[in-house]
This record gives sequence, C-alpha cells and structure tokens, in this order.
Amino acid sequence: MKQRLVVIGNGMAGMKTVEELLSAAPEKYDITVFGAEPYGNYNRIMLSSVLCGEKTIEDIVINDRQWYADNGICLYAGQDKAVVRIDRVKRKVYAQDGTSAAYDRLLIATGSNPVVAAIPGNNLEGVISFRDIFDVNRMLAYSRCHNKAVVLGGGLLGLEAANGLVLRGMDVTVIHNNAVLLNRQMDRQAGEMLRRELELKGLKFKMSAKTQQLLGDENGHIKAVRFEDGSELECDLFVMAIGVRPNMALAQEAGIYCQKGIVVNDTLQSYDPSIYAVGECIQHRGDTFGLVAPLFEQAKVCANHLSAHGVAEYSTLPTATKLKVTGINLFSVGDFIGDKSCESIHFTDSALGIYKKLVIKANKLIGVVLYGDTADGNWYQELLEKHEPVSGIRDVLIFGKAYA
Amino acid sequence: MNDQTTVQTTCPYCGVGCGISAQVSEQNHQVNISGDKTHPANFGRLCSKGSALGETVELKGRLLQPRIYGRNASWTEALDLVAGSFINIIAKYGPDAVAIYGSGQLLTEDYYVANKLMKGFIGSGNMDTNSRLCMSSSVAGHKRAFGSDTVPGCYDDYEQAEMIILIGSNTAWCHPVSFQRIQAAKDANPALKIIVIDPRRTASCDIADLHLPIAIGSDTILFNGLLHFLGQQNALNQAYIDAHTEGFPQALKAASISSPTIEQVAAQCKVNIEDLQCFYRWFADHEKVMSLYSQGVNQSSSGTDKVNAIINCHIATGRIGHPGMGPFSLTGQPNAMGGREVGGLCHQLAAHMDFSNNADIERVSRFWNTHAIARKPGFAAVELFDAIYDGKVKAVWIMGTNPAVSMPNANKVIQALQLCDFVVVSDCIANTDTTALAHVLLPAQGWSEKDGTVTNSERRISRQRALFSPAGRAKPDWWIITQIARRMGFEQAFDYQTASEIFREHAALSGFENNAEQGLRDFDISALANISQHDYDHLQPIQWPVNQAYPQGRARLFDDGQFFTASGKARFIPIEPRPPVNLPDKDYPLILNTGRLRDQWHTMTRTAIAAKLNQHKPEPFLEVHPVDAQQYALLPSTLAVIESRWGSMIARVQITDSQQQGCLFVPMHWTEQYASQGRMGALVNPVVDPVSKQPESKHTPVRVRAYQPVWQGFILSRRELNVTKAEYWVKIKGEQFYRYELAGETLPEDWHGYVRKNPAITADEINPQWQEYQDSGNGNYRAALIVDNQLETIIFISADSPLPERAWLTSLFVKPQLETRERMALLTGMPPLGVPDTGIIVCACFNVGEKTIQAAIREKGLKTHQEVGRCLKAGTNCGSCVPEIKALL
Repeated sequence: MKQRLVVIGNGMAGMKTVEELLSAAPEKYDITVFGAEPYGNYNRIMLSSVLCGEKTIEDIVINDRQWYADNGICLYAGQDKAVVRIDRVKRKVYAQDGTSAAYDRLLIATGSNPVVAAIPGNNLEGVISFRDIFDVNRMLAYSRCHNKAVVLGGGLLGLEAANGLVLRGMDVTVIHNNAVLLNRQMDRQAGEMLRRELELKGLKFKMSAKTQQLLGDENGHIKAVRFEDGSELECDLFVMAIGVRPNMALAQEAGIYCQKGIVVNDTLQSYDPSIYAVGECIQHRGDTFGLVAPLFEQAKVCANHLSAHGVAEYSTLPTATKLKVTGINLFSVGDFIGDKSCESIHFTDSALGIYKKLVIKANKLIGVVLYGDTADGNWYQELLEKHEPVSGIRDVLIFGKAYA
Repeated sequence: MNDQTTVQTTCPYCGVGCGISAQVSEQNHQVNISGDKTHPANFGRLCSKGSALGETVELKGRLLQPRIYGRNASWTEALDLVAGSFINIIAKYGPDAVAIYGSGQLLTEDYYVANKLMKGFIGSGNMDTNSRLCMSSSVAGHKRAFGSDTVPGCYDDYEQAEMIILIGSNTAWCHPVSFQRIQAAKDANPALKIIVIDPRRTASCDIADLHLPIAIGSDTILFNGLLHFLGQQNALNQAYIDAHTEGFPQALKAASISSPTIEQVAAQCKVNIEDLQCFYRWFADHEKVMSLYSQGVNQSSSGTDKVNAIINCHIATGRIGHPGMGPFSLTGQPNAMGGREVGGLCHQLAAHMDFSNNADIERVSRFWNTHAIARKPGFAAVELFDAIYDGKVKAVWIMGTNPAVSMPNANKVIQALQLCDFVVVSDCIANTDTTALAHVLLPAQGWSEKDGTVTNSERRISRQRALFSPAGRAKPDWWIITQIARRMGFEQAFDYQTASEIFREHAALSGFENNAEQGLRDFDISALANISQHDYDHLQPIQWPVNQAYPQGRARLFDDGQFFTASGKARFIPIEPRPPVNLPDKDYPLILNTGRLRDQWHTMTRTAIAAKLNQHKPEPFLEVHPVDAQQYALLPSTLAVIESRWGSMIARVQITDSQQQGCLFVPMHWTEQYASQGRMGALVNPVVDPVSKQPESKHTPVRVRAYQPVWQGFILSRRELNVTKAEYWVKIKGEQFYRYELAGETLPEDWHGYVRKNPAITADEINPQWQEYQDSGNGNYRAALIVDNQLETIIFISADSPLPERAWLTSLFVKPQLETRERMALLTGMPPLGVPDTGIIVCACFNVGEKTIQAAIREKGLKTHQEVGRCLKAGTNCGSCVPEIKALL
C-alpha cells in the first residue's frame, strides 16, 4: 500500500521536490498537489523574460498538466483550489472549494508573498506586485495602453520588471531607497556601472528616494507618486518590488512552529514530523530564501528523506546573484564588502564596462563582485565554498581560472 | 628610387673598422646599411651595432645649435666666446691652464687640427683623449719594444695562423666581425687552436679549445712563465734574438724570478696546472701564433708591462712580422689609431713623434712654422681632470666623448667640471652626462654627416663619408677647431677650407724629414701628401705606411727584423709583475671588473637610440658567482648595490659561474641619461699605469649587498616619460615604446591616485581608457592606458610579487589594434592562454558556452538536455537555456 503525499504549492520548490522524489522512489507515494494558480508548474524566475518579450508563457512551463497525469499525480490547480486549512490531527488538508486530501506526509511549499509598502495609496488601482503570471499579464495590459510606469525597488526583481516595461515601450522610472542599485548584491562601483548601463537602455532612476504617498485620480487609479521632499512623479502603473516574505499563514494557523518562516531542521522537516517544508516559505537556521539555487538543493534533501533514504542534510551555501537583463552580466557572492580585517583586489576597465572585486580574509576568498565579465563567477564560488587559502594564486586570482 | 645614392663609408664603433655600403635616401633622411663587400676589414660582414646604424640617424636628441649657458646662440657668438675665454685664461694663467680632451670618435683630420692648435700654437701639451682609457698601454708597450707605436700584423693573419690567443678580450662582443672571421678561419681549419685568456668565461670561449680563467691582473706572471718555459724547453729562436733584439737575458731572468715553475704560475694565476701546461706546450709547438689583446690587458696599473710581457714571447720566438703571427692590439675605437697617428695623446707630439726627442720637437716646430710649440707632455686623462678639480686647468674643451661617465672615479670628474671656470663640449648629441656640465655646447656633425679618414686596428686608413647634409647648424669638428684657432690669432696656420687639405698636411708631416739620416719613423703616408680632392674622395682603404717604398701600403711591418729603436733592434723589457694597486680587503672584499656589451657602444648616446640594440641587455646588471651570490644574499634578477671607496651603483643581479668567485662584472655603458644609478665609472679606482697613465678600470675593490626597495615595477609607454623621481630607474627605448624599470624607497599614499593624477603619465588624448588592477594588501598596482584601442602605457608595481616578463607586453606596441582577449590579459602581463573559445554563453547560470556544449554533445554522444545538464551543469539551475540546449541537440 502506497503512502499518501500531499503537496501544498505547485511552484518551483515543491515540484522540484516531487521530481526528485519520482526519480528516487517512483512507487512510494500517491501524490496530490494543490496549486493556487490555474496552471501546471512553470518557471517563475523566467517571468521577467516573458515580461520583456523574450519568452512566452509556454516557453516557461516546466511541467504541463499531462505530465501530472503521466506520473499519476493528482493536481488541484486554481484559485478555488488554494488550501485554506490543515488538520494535523486527521492528517488532512482542505481547499477553498472544500476539496480535501488526506496525507501520510505533507509538504508545504507555499512560497512567499510580495511585500507591500505601507504607504497611503497602496491600494489604488494600478498598484501591483510582480509575482506571478497574473501580475505579468496585468503589466502587459498596462503597457499596451499606458505610458508612464514607476517601479519601486532597485533590487533584482524591480530592475527586471523595469527593464521589461521599457522594452514594452513604457517610460519607466525606478525608485530606490538607497544610493546604490542592487545594494544587497553589488558594491557601490558595480551599482554605479549597472545604473549607467541601464540608463543607456532607457531606464530612469530616482535614487535615495523616500516615497511618501501614492496619489490617485477620481477613479481611484494611481496618477502620481509623491516623495518626502515634496516632488511628484506622474505614473499610470506602480509596481512594487521591494522584497518578499515567507508565506506561512496556513502553517501558523495549523500550529506549526514558525518564526520568520516555517522553521525546519536540516532534513527540511517542520516541528511536526510528518510535515516537511521547502522553498521561500521556510526558515532554516535563521535564513529565509529568495533565490532558486538553495531551493533546488532543499528539494533534493527533502526528496531524499521523503523517499526514506534519509541520508542527506541541507546546509545553505553562499548563493550567487544574477540579473536577468539581456546584455548585462553581473555576479556576486559572499561578503563582498568586507571589513577592516579584509583585503580587496580590484580590476576595472570602465570603457569595457568591466569591474571585479574579490574580498580576501585570512588568505581566503570570502566575497566576489563581478560586473561585465562574469565568466569566472562559478570558479570563484567554488573557491569560496572550498574555503582554502588562495595565497598561492593571489596575483592571478582576479584574472580567472585560466591563469591560476 | 631616384633620390637614393650608395655611399661607401666606415662604421663609427669599434676598431675593426668595417666598411659600410650605405643606401641613402636624403629626402626621407633614411639610410639602409649593409656591409661593404669590398672592404678588407669585413668583406661585407657587420655586427649588430653596425647593422643598426640606420636607426641612429634620427634628428631627435641631436645637438643642432650652439648653446651658451643654456641658451641658443649663433656660431659667431659661440666661437667668439670660446676663443675669447681661452685667450683670456691663457693670458692670465699661461697655456697650461687650458686643455682639450678628445676622442677616438674624432676623424683624423679633426684630431690633427685639435692637436696642432693645442701643442703647436697654444703651446701646451694638454691635449689628451679618451684613447688614454683604452689604448695607451699598447702605445707605450709598442714604443718600448719597437721604438714606435706599430701594430705589426693585419687581419689577413687570422686565416694564416695556427694558433690565436685572445687575451683580455671578449672579441665575440667587442670586435664581433673580427671574431666571426676567426670563427670562420677555425671552421675552415679545425686544426687552428683558439685559446682565451680571460678571468671571465665570455661568449668568446664558445670557439675556444682552451680557456684559462686567470686571476685578474696576473697576466704578467702568466707570460713571464711562458717566456721562462720557452727558455727551458729550448723553444726560443736564438738566432732571431741574437740578430734582431736586445735585452733578452734581463727579461728572461726577470721571468725566471717571477715565474720559476709552472706550479707557481698556476697557483698565482689560479688556473689548472694541466691547462696551463697545455697552453705553454701549444705555444711552443706552433710557429704561427697570434696574440690578440684588448682592454683586459691595457686597462691595468701594469698594462704596459702586460703588453711587453706578451711581445717578449713573440720576439723571443721571432714570431712577428710574418703571415699568421705576432702581437696584435685590437683597438677599441674607430679612430683610436688615427688619434695616435696625429699625436692625440698628451705625451705625443705629432705623426708618431713625441716630446722625448728634442729633434722631433724642433722638426714639428719647423713644419708647423710655429714658435710656440709645447716642449713637454701635458696632463694625461686622469691627471687632467684632477688638475681641473685642483684649479690648475681653468678651461677645458671636450670633443665627442663623455668623461662624466667613462672616467674612473667619475663622480670626481663631474665635480671637477662643475668647479671648472669654462667648459666647452662639442658633441652631436644634446643630452649627455657631460653636455649637462658645459658652459658652451658646440653642435658637431654626427657620423652620418662627417667626412674624413679613420684608421683601424690593422693600420688601414679608410674614408668615412657623409651620407646626409649637416643637420641643423652642426659643423665638422675640424671646422669648429679651425674657427677657434683663427679667432685666437692663428689664421695662417689654420687656413683650411676642406678636410682633404688637412689630410694632405698630415700626410706631409708624416714624411717630413722621415729618412735614415734624420731618423726613420714607422708612420709615413707621404705618398698621399699631394692627394687631389678627387683622389681623396675616392680613396680606397689602404694600410700604412704609404710612401715611396710602399706606394700601395704595407700589410706587415718588421718582416725584415728592422725596428724603430735607436739600435734598430726590438727591445725585451724585463717584467717584474706587480699586483693591482688596490687590493680587496675586509671592507671591500670583492673585485669589480668592467667591460663592454655586444649591442651597446660606449656611453650609449647613439646605440641606445636603436630599439633593437636595447633588447639584448636592457638593464645595467651585475654578474656574480653563485657562491658569492649566496654569501651576499643576492637573488637572481633582484637589484644589488655595489660600492667602492669612490662611488656606488645599482644593478640587476645575474648569477653565473662564468664569473670567478670573488669577482664581479658590470657593463661600462650606462649613464644618467638611461639609468639613475648605473654609472660604473663612479666606482672605478683612479689608479693608472705609471708608464701609459691608463686607468686600472678592470680591478676595483668593492662590496655588494642586496638592494631592498619598498616597491619595484616597470612602465612601458608609447611616449617618453619623466620618471626620474624613483630612486632606481632605467630607461630603455624599444620598438615604438619606452620601457622604464623602476624601484623606489617610498610608497605614494595610493598608487591609483598617484598614477592617475600624474600628468606625465596621463595622456592628453581625448578618450583615454584606463584599465586598473589593485591589490593594495599585497602591494600590487597595475594599470593600462588604452587610446584608440592601442596600448599607450602600461604600469606594473609590486611590493614583492614577481613581475611578468616584458616580452609579450612590449610586442603589443607594434600591433595596430588590441584584440579583446589581449586587452583582458594586459594586466596579467601574460598572453591570453589556455582560454578555450567557449562561444556565446548559453547557460548563464553556469557560464556554459555554445561551443562547449556542442563539443560535449559531439564527443560524448549526449542525447538529451538532462544528459547535457549532468555533463556540463548547463540548464540545471534556472533552466532558461534548456530550449537553446534542445536546439543544439
């Protein structure tokens, strides 16, 4: 008799876990998947490529409905299939429309929710987030009949959204509360180079700006942004891209221990031994997640345990940053700012738009920023993960693997 | 091309005196140099220096205008000032308060009038020349042995000899064309024995059957030992000794005292006894022996004795004057011999007459029709600059030479010239260490403009002919001298209009009262005394004497056993060996030897202009034996400070066992124009041979230590830069770039700011592009300035990391455009290497390129994107490239 696995969340982390599980123990579970979006499983990271027109929705589908059928997975997808309750005693989950499923093992992969800025007017028409296909479609609709867009947040998602909207013909201004773009991923110099390059692509920036209020027209539609310095900027579309928060409401209501996210151990198990969690909804050793690489690693470890191999342990490795804006290469990993105990190695060729910075501490590579030429990013990441002294190759380190 | 003409001339460098066939394009001021196949000195061969002459004729750096106290002046003003000052100083302090210091670079005609002016009309012996530093021991040795300054043999002897000994001569580098000819002779006749006697194992040892690395200064013991050995072995030519020589018993006795046994000689010369025996045996066994010698013999406090110790062995065996044999002095400069012929050394008077003979003085006085003739020798080079320092000589005129660099104790020479009331320098180059000290600069014509004659090592007089019209206001040296002479009141005696007029007078003097009754002199070119301008212009190379008896010249002298001594016999000189004057001691335990390099000439004023001549040995260096290197903690290619009691220098360490333990070698060439601390002359002890007054430039006690700068580096730049702020710098001209080797004792606050704000480095181009590398924790800074996608300047600074080879970087200056991969490799200093061409990136997450994927599919037979993913990781992260991977499948 097969055991029953229920998966809440039809996103990348959950489905990667299912894929891994199918390859590790194809006969072990009857699998039921609940998803709040009316699609199969798609590559959320590629939404910006869809937005900017390089890809279609079809292009980014990972597993279509046929795939679920072929693998004997019961898929409940759609807004009314969103799970609203977990009954841990009866080991059963319930969807909005009453659909229920019993489980022996439950996997929560509910992902994250975009952060909405707490400013007056954040509920106006035309104020949206950038999270799913629905958001992309709304932005595309705006781009067809409106001109001015403002993107709040100069992080990865914000810049990708802004770039997409520019490519869709909109006049886009990015508002960022820091002087440096991607300030979580880039140092000042790389951030400056990025800004110049994006400006050449048509993006506008308002840096170190504090948004005070969103102003609406008589129809309750956004018409402008007002800043703390009193200035205003007209807009027809306002995209918030200031980060995400783990989506853990369902787990919390079910009494599963949560802090910033659903707290899991090194085997991705929550405080309830029959409930696992992966992806952006979890908190592991204090960390929450927003990039794809650790999610996939979690999926592997989780599948390993669900399949009862039970040998893998998850640990978070430094994760590299990449920006999906065609023609712009950037990469960063580790502590690329450093402190007084660190030394840094720099390489710049401004005319070629290349900047590299390596941070060294106690003869070890601890951080990397690459802009323009990211060819050796993965090599640096390996060096950084290996945690071995680099003194022997220090003089050639910044020139890449070929010279080391 | 219509405007091209071919001119036969001679090379201005060493004493081999090679003929050159110059294809001149006056319009472009360019010349193609090739060897003159008809010239008997070289038969078409040329060395690296001669071949590169075409690169040295540029006008950049030339002195083109008279200068007075730093400002441009007219010839009239400059000549008036020089003549007036000389007149005033002579009037106040007498004729011995002025002096001329000439050069083996001057042509015979220039030399003749300079000497005539000083010794004949100013009336002082104070005309000496830089030949004092290289040939005067040979002159003195010849004079003692033969009664005349005669080189008996000729280059033809190379092919006829059975054994050639190179003594104190790195012929391969210093007289390359002679060396090639010897090498060819050996190739044609493998039985030809080549022996090199030199403390260093030089490039000349490549063809040697035997190398005797004798202790520096032990030559007299070696050759006394040979004489003694020949006596013991009955290998002497007693008949010749009896008939044609005098003083043999005394010489043999002295030899037997200094060098009683082979064992003792071997011990004192610090050579292997078997090798020594072999040398002596070979000498005894071969009739046709040539002894070629050069500065290793001459530049010594017993240089004259060394010359005579060698000559003693030749006259004791009668091996002189006949084909394939004889002592042969390889002269250093193109016209050292011409200088000797006119009497350019201070103890000489003119035409191989000197102050030792009153009749000669009267004779020259009659010939010149002067009442003011000098009657005693003047100051020889070292004495001369001492006399200037002491204020005895108040005005000096330096012609075509660079004593601030080349003299021993050269820092004192600089001080002397700084103290001197009136310093005149005639030169073709504007900025030399010596022109920097002049009150008046007179622009002389350079090699490519001069017209006259030179004499090479084998007494061969050749024409040096002008290739170009004079540059700027440059004038022939003889013209400058005669102009001064006329202004000093000697119009009649210096009424020359052409160089040929001077040559005719010089030839006439050589034959003047030159006969058996009034005394025979070896130097006699009286057959040329009436040479027409046309014949002078077409004069073919000819070996003196050229007189009634030998109208076509004479290849060898002394074949008749007749010498120019009073008795007509060759004189043996008893040699009592003397060690070098200053011996190593506790404070200065090492011996410094100095010498020439293959591709540089003298103080580099011309050779350093030719980029290709700077590649062989780009930087002043120090050769040191491995054991000494270890003892003094010197590492290869690091810098070392060498100090003597007189001065110091910094040079790049080269560890080699071709150098003897306890001895160091540095090249003689570098000046302050090309290196901050590369002047070896500053260290050399001001010690001279008592007879020849030649300095002991090859033996100075020194000490050495590692130089430990805070930073080192180099700059390569398309433009000339001013980098003299660094404590150590060397400037090297390359093909379309200048290279600066640098080291410093203080660090700028930050290199980025220092370099980028330095107007000397930052280009004034419209679109300068900088590439920079900084690792301040490691003390590394590198920057490249790129203009129009060409490398303009590149800088490498390092605290202690090794610096890259310069070769690849320098090669980029001749490239019309930098390739991107070259640009990205610039600051590694290494050519783009091992970077496989990955093609356009398909998987951005793992940076996997199209070509890499295609290759893996092809080579490993991959069928699905999952297989590609497992193999290359491509497509396994975000997966966005899976469609592209599928397309490639």
